[in-house]
Amino acid sequence: MSLKTPRSRVMGLGSAKDGVEHWWSQRVTSVALVPLTILFVVPFATVIGEGYDAMRSLYANPFNAVVAILFIGVSFLHLAQGLQVVIEDYVHDKGARTTLLLTNTLSCGLLGVAGVFAVAKIAFGV
Amino acid sequence: MADVNRGDRPLSPHLQIYRPQITMVLSILHRITGVALTFSMILLVWWFFAGASSAADFETADAILTSPVGIIVLLSSAFGLTYHTFNGIRHLFWDAGFGYDLDTVTTTGWAVVFGAIAATVILLLIAVA
Repeated sequence: MSLKTPRSRVMGLGSAKDGVEHWWSQRVTSVALVPLTILFVVPFATVIGEGYDAMRSLYANPFNAVVAILFIGVSFLHLAQGLQVVIEDYVHDKGARTTLLLTNTLSCGLLGVAGVFAVAKIAFGV
Repeated sequence: MADVNRGDRPLSPHLQIYRPQITMVLSILHRITGVALTFSMILLVWWFFAGASSAADFETADAILTSPVGIIVLLSSAFGLTYHTFNGIRHLFWDAGFGYDLDTVTTTGWAVVFGAIAATVILLLIAVA
């Protein structure tokens, strides 16, 4: 006879309280980043060091702007997920780990939004 | 802690004396490049943010990134990004259950290293052209 409650048995989760969501979500962002990285990096390489007007006109193109926004947004999502695993692996002190995990989530969110906003502002030409 | 080697018994090989193998080196390199790319992404956001602020701010950011030190940082970032991308594809194949054969692991490992070096050179040529 199992001592598990019916709800617990249906959920199918152990003492970790979650399953493969984090792992799977990391694969989803990985798959998205393969084409995004290629599409972002090539035009970026052409425009770095070419001056303000060249950069403005490149990202005034809607395709390049959307690629840049997706690349930055998905990258920071993927970065937050990856750094979380690294912190969980190496930082064992509870206080330090919680602080670092919180800093990681908030910083990646902040930088992602800042990057997306900056590209959008350039793209809209304001 | 208890004496871990009572009676001077032989120890199993550990990291410092274990001959580095392509699998273990590339495994930790994936994590190192992933963490290091945080810095590259911060620089990228800074570059775009400067571009969204003013022409003068952008010229400063662009000049710093294309200074000698900036170029070293950009080339390292390009290698880190292309390596992490190519090795990430290798990881995705493993996740799907392919490529575990020992010869295959070695071959794809070297392919990822040389692919990343080649892609970095190509990006440099695109940037210079």
